[in-house]
Amino acid sequence: MLERRLYYHIDWLLIAAIAALSAIGVAMIYSTTHAGPNAGLYVRQLYAIGIGAFVFMACLTIDYRTLADNSLAIYGLIIALLVGVLLFGTTGGGARRWIELPFFNLQPSEFAKVALALALAKFFDESRRGSPSVTDLAVGGGLTLIPFILIAKQPDLGTAVTLVPIFLAVAFLAGMRLRLLGILLILAVLAAPVAWRYALKDYQRSRIATFINPEQDPRGAGYQQIQARISVGSGGIWGKGFLKGTQGQLRFLPVAWNDFVFSVLAEEQGFVGVIVALGLYLFVIVRSLEAARLSKDRLGAYLVIGILATFTFQVIYNITMSAGLAPVKGLTLPLMSSGGSSIIATLAGFGLILNVRMRRFTN
Amino acid sequence: MRLLAPAEPSVSRPQDRRKLAVRLNGIQAAITVVFAALALAFWYFQVVQHAKFRELAENNHQRTLSLRAPRGVLYDRHGTILVENRDSFVISLVREHMKDPDATIRLLCRVAQLDEAAVRETIRRNRNLPAYRPIPVVEDASLAQVAAVMARRLDTELPGVIVERVPTRRYPAESLAAHLFGYVGQATEEQVEVGGPQPGDIVGQSGIEKVYNRLLMGQDGARRVVVNSTGREIRTIEEIPPSEGRRVQLTLDYDLQRAAEEAFRGYGYAGAAVFLDPRTGEVLAYVSLPAYDPNAFAGGIDRVTWNRLNTDRLRPLQNRAIQGRYSPGSTFKIVVATAALEEGLVTPDFRVHCGGGASFYGRYFQCWEKRGHGSLDLRHAIERSCNVYFYTLGNMVGIDRLHKWATLLGLGEKSGIDLPNEIDGIMPSTAWKQARFGEKWYSGETISVAIGQGYVSVTPIQLAVMMATVANGGTRVTPHLVRAENTGSGWKPLPPPPPKSRVTFKPETLAALREGLWLVVNGAGTGGRARIPGRDVAGKTGTAQVISLQGGRAAAGRTDKDLRDHGWFVFFAPRDNPEIAGVVFAEHSEHGYLAAPIAKYVMETYFAKKEGRPLPTFTPPAAPAPKVATVAAAAQTSP
Repeated sequence: MLERRLYYHIDWLLIAAIAALSAIGVAMIYSTTHAGPNAGLYVRQLYAIGIGAFVFMACLTIDYRTLADNSLAIYGLIIALLVGVLLFGTTGGGARRWIELPFFNLQPSEFAKVALALALAKFFDESRRGSPSVTDLAVGGGLTLIPFILIAKQPDLGTAVTLVPIFLAVAFLAGMRLRLLGILLILAVLAAPVAWRYALKDYQRSRIATFINPEQDPRGAGYQQIQARISVGSGGIWGKGFLKGTQGQLRFLPVAWNDFVFSVLAEEQGFVGVIVALGLYLFVIVRSLEAARLSKDRLGAYLVIGILATFTFQVIYNITMSAGLAPVKGLTLPLMSSGGSSIIATLAGFGLILNVRMRRFTN
Repeated sequence: MRLLAPAEPSVSRPQDRRKLAVRLNGIQAAITVVFAALALAFWYFQVVQHAKFRELAENNHQRTLSLRAPRGVLYDRHGTILVENRDSFVISLVREHMKDPDATIRLLCRVAQLDEAAVRETIRRNRNLPAYRPIPVVEDASLAQVAAVMARRLDTELPGVIVERVPTRRYPAESLAAHLFGYVGQATEEQVEVGGPQPGDIVGQSGIEKVYNRLLMGQDGARRVVVNSTGREIRTIEEIPPSEGRRVQLTLDYDLQRAAEEAFRGYGYAGAAVFLDPRTGEVLAYVSLPAYDPNAFAGGIDRVTWNRLNTDRLRPLQNRAIQGRYSPGSTFKIVVATAALEEGLVTPDFRVHCGGGASFYGRYFQCWEKRGHGSLDLRHAIERSCNVYFYTLGNMVGIDRLHKWATLLGLGEKSGIDLPNEIDGIMPSTAWKQARFGEKWYSGETISVAIGQGYVSVTPIQLAVMMATVANGGTRVTPHLVRAENTGSGWKPLPPPPPKSRVTFKPETLAALREGLWLVVNGAGTGGRARIPGRDVAGKTGTAQVISLQGGRAAAGRTDKDLRDHGWFVFFAPRDNPEIAGVVFAEHSEHGYLAAPIAKYVMETYFAKKEGRPLPTFTPPAAPAPKVATVAAAAQTSP
């Protein structure tokens, strides 16, 4: 199916950067868990990367236009899964997020991002005007809102919020008027106090309040933020060395293998490691933008930007949080944090991005 | 390679493509800026503020735990262990690891059966300690308490509770010489403020433990450990072992001490006694009864015991030998005789006729012997303790010269013994009365002072110093308790404190005093009960009047109060070359001669030990008066 001609256009550099980040992630997961009850976690991560590689190849092989033609079906399937999670999902940490499968628990919300990117790319591609009308935006918004609400109901507001950048980025690239974007932003600002009052739960409010002043609750919600920054700062230029960190190794940093994996990297590998990882992420993003630029059609560009938007948003938010500069939110660092569904969905997304780049010369 | 087919409408319009490229560039620029900002932020934290965060990280995972040093062991002059250390368990709280302090304290108090209010007070007192420093809440936990606490999962049920094994003071002889050893306890807030001890340190609070605290305390060790976020120790980084406090040899003789207290208990007296080596001032035995058991303090005294000790009518916490102030009674006649002889006013052959009393300054003063002693010289006046003779002598000497000689003999001033909170006593003079009452001294007042009454008051140890001074011929030695310290490389003698004053008595003064005091014990005097054949014990009895001291008010108001007089016996032996001197003060014994047998028994023990003979055994008196002894026993059997 993969023609020789296409094979030459695979972006090996991007694959290498993705592989490097995944490898760093596995190393950090090993570092923080090797001496604890989660000692096998890095193996699971390797399995997930293996599965992800298959999914990646599948997403690379099938022409993205074919996938886009079926985007509504895929979107519908994901919506069904999200509804299924709410009805039959496995509970963990007070939320229903997973569907139990024989080998691992599937987290449909991670795949909802890819599906939404596909659906929005297809939708905005079909509304072939200079810039999307208000009706277009409303429909696009509606497509985003359905999974948003379903995920928020789990409740997993963090993941739900990562859907928003997809919509904004695709709409922006589709030519949405900047004035309209401005109005949306103003509305969001105006809505914030209302959301604070009615939409957020107490623990969410206290997290944000604690972020502004972590010392008010150094044992509770502020603890993670303080410890994250201590981890980062104590790493210094060269870091404490692999397996030699104290914050992550001695569990001062909670769930270090997941939300705070970047803090562990900063602690053990220092500023040098941080620069390397930041550089790799930036390279991945810039290289993906290149794919959008090179795309032979709008559909490809929209698809790339949609996938890239949620990826970039999560990367930036997580890294900011891991330096203690953003409120603590259960958002993983794509490619590095432990989490099967996350890594598989992320690799699927990059499969599509490479797909677009690879097929830039085809009909 | 084919050119792009223009069939796809979505990319057909060049302006669309341009717009798309512009927006993509915008996105890329924005993202690059954000990444640059992130890099800058990490650079700020990791490079600029690295030192601060490195310290915070170290504080997080490194703990310095103090390892309590054992206090120095105390030995008697012959090497018998008097005070040592034992292992005990301390239950402490580490606030940093207490997830829910209230719940933890409540559960801990329930399982270990503690007073919750007291525990909270302890925590409050130590609130300024860093949160990772353990606060001891049970100093000497019973095995039952340790078992009850350890039975709980410390990291989940009782987070922040730790049980440590530490050395604790042990007094094997229990209440023996309790006031001399003193006791230890946690440093008070005031002691910490003054500097030196850290909060939670165990320091001497009384007695030798307090005076020599610096020597005895040793140097606490430290252990630096790595802990994880739940406070569990992961490994030890370094360990500085504690160094034990200095071992100290006391001047005390365990056998004499035991003999003295045995005799007191046997006769059923509370009181005090001090036995000195008159040549050096070394304290051989030191008694204050009733006593307490210092072991009760070693592990933190409980409130009930403390209250009982404080409110006990017999005041077991009072160190009577240096804090009890009593009138010296007839023992003061030694001062009068010394003053008269040394000032050259009389010779030992000076005679006075006693007809049972005499008039001075228009007032009649009685002799205790109403029939009168007839004509007496100085030696026999001492033997018979004739009041009239010493009224006459005292009147000749005058109050200021009495003051001078009393001071040279050690009365009215602190003896300087190495124990805390010694009091002065009073030796009146014209200047003293002027300063105290703003009045002149009346010569008639001297007459009462001459027989040890009136304003004069002394502590038991001052009379012991007086006897040592008479015994050694005029050197007012400073009583002291410590002979040597072990610096780690053998015993190093500690120089004895210098004498407070030194005069050389005229030979005839010394001879007359010794003769008179020898007669008290070996002649027709009141000290016969201290007679030891062949030992030439010299001594003098005295009576401290309770009723005159307390005054009529006390007598009227407090009918339960024991108003019987206190008895003194002061002594030295042998007469011509004294080796042991001292005082026995027996509360409410009524007569000094009843205190004499206690001194006798101790001196017998002294000579037997010196000559390597078997030590005498105490034979209780025929009719014991166990009243006081019972209360004293009750006071020391506190847990």
